[in-house]
Amino acid sequence: MNGPQDLGGQMGFGPVAPEKDEPYFHAAWERRALGVTLCAGAMGAWNIDESRHARESLHPADYYSSSYYQIWIKALETLLKRHGFVSERDLAAGEAIDAAAIPKRVLKAENVPAVLAKGGPCDRPVASPARFKAGQQVRTKNFNPTGHTRLPRYARGKLGRIEAVRDGFVFPDTNAHGRGENPQWVYTVVFDGTEIWGEGADPTLVVSIDAWESYLEPA
Amino acid sequence: MSHDHDHDNELDPFAARVRALETILTRKGLIDPAAIDVIVDTYETKIGPRNGARVVAKAWNDPAYADWLKRDATAAIESLSYTGRQGEHMQAVFNTGDTHNLVVCTLCSCYPWSVLGLPPVWYKAPPYRSRAVIDPRGVLEEFGLTLPAATKIRVWDSTAELRYLVVPMRPGGTEGWSEEQLADLVSRDAMIGTALAKGPA
Repeated sequence: MNGPQDLGGQMGFGPVAPEKDEPYFHAAWERRALGVTLCAGAMGAWNIDESRHARESLHPADYYSSSYYQIWIKALETLLKRHGFVSERDLAAGEAIDAAAIPKRVLKAENVPAVLAKGGPCDRPVASPARFKAGQQVRTKNFNPTGHTRLPRYARGKLGRIEAVRDGFVFPDTNAHGRGENPQWVYTVVFDGTEIWGEGADPTLVVSIDAWESYLEPA
Repeated sequence: MSHDHDHDNELDPFAARVRALETILTRKGLIDPAAIDVIVDTYETKIGPRNGARVVAKAWNDPAYADWLKRDATAAIESLSYTGRQGEHMQAVFNTGDTHNLVVCTLCSCYPWSVLGLPPVWYKAPPYRSRAVIDPRGVLEEFGLTLPAATKIRVWDSTAELRYLVVPMRPGGTEGWSEEQLADLVSRDAMIGTALAKGPA
């Protein structure tokens, strides 16, 4: 979706502000926000693509005025409500009032190291051979889907070159919406800066994205 | 939870919101607060940029390892026991005399947690995510890094599940150094591409 998350090439946000010796957390609640989000995700009711979509579905004014962990928590509340774990009444009262759906699992402290070490690999076998090969010219599709997609706006309808054929990966555009993993081949596609940004682009710039096969057409 | 000291009064209502959410989920038996403690401890004290610095130092010192890292970064990094969440599919990209690599996630905050730990705020914030792909030289200058005009810039937008680790160039004057000494020269920012490796003091 053309949401507030799709930031590449936008202007007006001001300079980057690196912080010397930046701490991992800027407030105690951020520690809990990270942990609550990971623990709730471990219940297994939604996947990473659905959680990304919940974040990018925040109103743009809300997204841009929220810190990153605030975005996480606001999206988490949406996911918890959608899947029946908390209700509006729970959140309004700040207490557990309504009964909750039964989670697939609850992450216990003793299992955290193993779960973090395992991660969540999303490579999957793809039955059909890769449609494109390294060195081939391709054009990214020009589309504006209302649902989740991982093809940034700046890289739509652009001429690029396949640099590498990666593995098969879960397709986020369907997986975010409960329509299955539908794995596809993923390719690293490189674009000249001038192809993307046109006049005035840095002549030395090359930008690459990792694109699912259905984002690409032969050029 | 222990006394919550936020250092920022503006965030107090949000701290209360997060605490309420944690309480609700705990009372319903959906989360274990002790698991949160372990997660936070893991990312505050166990997983951080030192992991990635050791990968880079080993690649500098061992051409066979560097070659493996180039071909199959996931396996080469796993051999040092750095595995897991947001490091499941790794790609190492090597700076050269004529090309400098820079990593961004314009769509969210994709970042190789297993080798760099949790990302800094600037990596997740709009100024970096919006400009790294259109004005990387300007961004680098805000980090105090001015590249020669002839140096090509390759920006890797982390749009899928691949996570990137920049291998900076080895500084001169470090011949014969141990991997521990070399790792001290590799900052988190050098492995994102917003800095170079430090030189010998």
